[in-house]
Amino acid sequence: MKLSALHQSYLSRRSNSFRGSAPLDSSSDSAIKSPAAVFWLVLHGLCCLISLVLGYRFSRLVFFFIFSTSATTTNFYTAPFRNAATDLATTVLSSNPMVTNNVEVPVANKTTPSTNSRVVVGRHGILIRPWPHPNPTEVMKAHRLIERVQKEQRAHFGVKNPRTVIAVTPTYVRTFQTLHLTGVMHSLMLVPYDLVWIVVEAGGVTNETASLIAKSQLRTVHVGIKQRMPNSWEERHKLEAKMRLRALRVVREEKLDGIVMFADDSNMHSMELFDEIQNVKWFGAVSVGILAHSEDPDDSSLTAKEKEDGAGSSPVPVQGPACNASNKLVGWHTFNSLPYAGKSATYIDDRATVLPRKLEWAGFVLSSRLLWKETEDKPEWVNDLDLLDKVEDIESPLSLLKDHSVVEPLGSCGRQVLIWWLRVEARADSKFPPRWIIDPPLEITVPSKHTPWPDAPPELPSTEKVVMGVQEQEHTVKHTAKTRTPRSRRSSRSKRKHEAKVIDPQISSRHSEQN
Amino acid sequence: MKIWRWILVGLVCTAFVLRIGAVELGRRQPTERISGSAGDVLEDDPVGRLKVFVYELPSKYNKKILQKDSRCLTHMFAAEIFMHRFLLSSPVRTLNPEEADWFYTPVYTTCDLTPNGLPLPFKSPRMMRSAIQLISSNWPYWNRTEGADHFFVVPHDFGACFHYQEAKAIERGILPLLQRATLVQTFGQRNHVCLKEGSITVPPYAPPQKMQTHLIPEKTPRSIFVYFRGLFYDVGNDPEGGYYARGARAAVWENFKDNPLFDISTEHPTTYYEDMQRAVFCLCPLGWAPWSPRLVEAVIFGCIPVIIADDIVLPFADAIPWEEIGVFVDEKDVPNLDTILTSIPPEVILRKQRLLANPSMKQAMLFPQPAQPGDAFHQVLNGLARKLPHDRSIYLKPGEKILNWTAGPVGDLKPW
Repeated sequence: MKLSALHQSYLSRRSNSFRGSAPLDSSSDSAIKSPAAVFWLVLHGLCCLISLVLGYRFSRLVFFFIFSTSATTTNFYTAPFRNAATDLATTVLSSNPMVTNNVEVPVANKTTPSTNSRVVVGRHGILIRPWPHPNPTEVMKAHRLIERVQKEQRAHFGVKNPRTVIAVTPTYVRTFQTLHLTGVMHSLMLVPYDLVWIVVEAGGVTNETASLIAKSQLRTVHVGIKQRMPNSWEERHKLEAKMRLRALRVVREEKLDGIVMFADDSNMHSMELFDEIQNVKWFGAVSVGILAHSEDPDDSSLTAKEKEDGAGSSPVPVQGPACNASNKLVGWHTFNSLPYAGKSATYIDDRATVLPRKLEWAGFVLSSRLLWKETEDKPEWVNDLDLLDKVEDIESPLSLLKDHSVVEPLGSCGRQVLIWWLRVEARADSKFPPRWIIDPPLEITVPSKHTPWPDAPPELPSTEKVVMGVQEQEHTVKHTAKTRTPRSRRSSRSKRKHEAKVIDPQISSRHSEQN
Repeated sequence: MKIWRWILVGLVCTAFVLRIGAVELGRRQPTERISGSAGDVLEDDPVGRLKVFVYELPSKYNKKILQKDSRCLTHMFAAEIFMHRFLLSSPVRTLNPEEADWFYTPVYTTCDLTPNGLPLPFKSPRMMRSAIQLISSNWPYWNRTEGADHFFVVPHDFGACFHYQEAKAIERGILPLLQRATLVQTFGQRNHVCLKEGSITVPPYAPPQKMQTHLIPEKTPRSIFVYFRGLFYDVGNDPEGGYYARGARAAVWENFKDNPLFDISTEHPTTYYEDMQRAVFCLCPLGWAPWSPRLVEAVIFGCIPVIIADDIVLPFADAIPWEEIGVFVDEKDVPNLDTILTSIPPEVILRKQRLLANPSMKQAMLFPQPAQPGDAFHQVLNGLARKLPHDRSIYLKPGEKILNWTAGPVGDLKPW
């Protein structure tokens, strides 16, 4: 950067130096101040005047055309190439004629050295091919080359002897399943190591889930458990823990070798996570960012709290290992649920904040050998998997360990957040077309410009256009000012074929006014 | 007997397998040894192979000039100053001129800077001439050989032609007094007046510490295919185009400005060095002169240099096999640059990257302070050592004169 600035200014000062050199040369060549010099001076002046009139360096053009006929053929290029230099006549150049250059510059033929060099000093054309745009075949070839280079880089500088990643995902069929599972699927498809994806489904194995995970073309193990997913978060966490244990049992039975990580379907994983977990020896923990969002924008108490501890703490709570200065594990950062006490969601379709557990399963990784029945070097601080069946509520995989201090903190000792936890679900009674294919086609066809959908909930006041009468608008504004229940400002517009539920007597009267 | 035969066969097979394994392991190494046309000479130690005598010139030739403008220590021509400093404290230096193989004259000809920081070469010929007059009158060693065992560092644009504009430089030619001396210069172009036979080409100076501070982890994947930052048109001096870089840079821009594989622009990003480390190919086209510090930067950052400069002679060309390390593209082939680069087989690219990763390669391009083994200073000394022993014919008979002390433009004869 500096050097190119130097270069640029170097070249810009050439102009100064030329003006400076002219008097120098003339003073030294005082002996030869005779007709030739006078002639040149007169010609020079004439060219100056003409250039001032025309607006570009006239003399350069003249010399170009005069001397070009005698120049070597390398200066000119045949028809296929558009020669930008010949566009001189049409370009209007800067009105500051730098005429002093002209006499020396285009004398191309004189400067060719005596030895047979093919490089000629002087003006050359700018070669442009007839179709100066990218060729898609070449772009693909370049991408293959880049991939090969990156593969080599990984081999040299990345993880040596990478182990298979075993991802465990508990899921169940619901509206947002496709959204969440597709996200996880794409992350897993990008992992550069061997992968086994164990999907445990509540309510038994269904075709819906099976068709979705088959698109990944990864090696998958699809297991179902008979119990259906309950509607409360508490119960759901418990069942999910049981589902994960079921998956661990699969690992044990099939003697899968690798690193087990828990990829919950609504979490977000960064690619560095998969590189980082390769460093685990037996049992590791990473930091998890908690995106505990609240759908209720009215919750003023929460925003006030955020403002309070804005400066000191990070805006996103993070769960994970806590280390001291010498990078040794000293404790755990867990989720502080006190600010949300009493306001957290109980049911899956509540609009309140969904809270994670103290330590989420997603933040832990373990080597699959810990789960095998018989291994030579299985450490003695690990509990056997069968013992955990009897425990009612398993909070986190730490229950597998007798001694919590052997956990290895990953991601530069918990400083890097490599995974984000989020739980977003639709209403329990929301329906969606199976496999997201609309068949048969929709019955109601209403031109979208005129009336809103008959089933749709009322618009938010800010987006309301003056379509209806002013009276109605006043009516609705009054509504929204009064009503504070979250339900009236629902933004999810799940299309329902049956009639809209009566949400609020005032609002339903507005509906009837419309109809 | 039969069993012995089977054992022999088994041994041969295992040896074969092991050999293949060894070859593969070797290929898994990230670097590869470099040997140029002069052999595997990058790591040679010049100490003990030559002796250099440093002339004591009055400080008006070196120290005073530097005091006037200390920018000379950081610009791309700083090699002449650092070479002097290196030789003063190097083990190859001898204080006894009788036993010296080479003689060095510390004159800083490229330190007369404009306010913008660019060297003006107008006084350089006079300065050099004055220095040579001094050494020829105070010591007998110049007249002994008329400079054939002397070397000078002339890092300017066109070397000892002492002009920044090529046409004028060719017109002037190499300074007549330096006809027999060895020149250490950055400029190198085959069949060019300003490149004497037997010159040693060196890389331009690039600040080593600055580049070290911008290193990123090696495992960062290289995702840019071709990278270039710099001018395509020099609007100040060549508005119509076609003269600057012989039209090559403009051709690159016009052909590839909308090609997603080519990350080229005239911006000055602060992440220039980091971006180079994320690129597979770095363009090093000619500018007003064929050489540029981009080559040094590309080598340090492991980016394969794509050299677009016809007939260029690269630094230490006998020690470093540039054909195997960089990609050379003729200026007339620039419109097909994308085809050329994408049709390089992946094994060739990987081999080039392995050669570039060789630490002795990177070291040979740098002028670190203090000097380290294998760096550019040592490569210059190695080059000088390879020219030894001097041919008997360079020693002139008494009274014999070859150089013409009055040759050259009249302006050069004025005292400095």
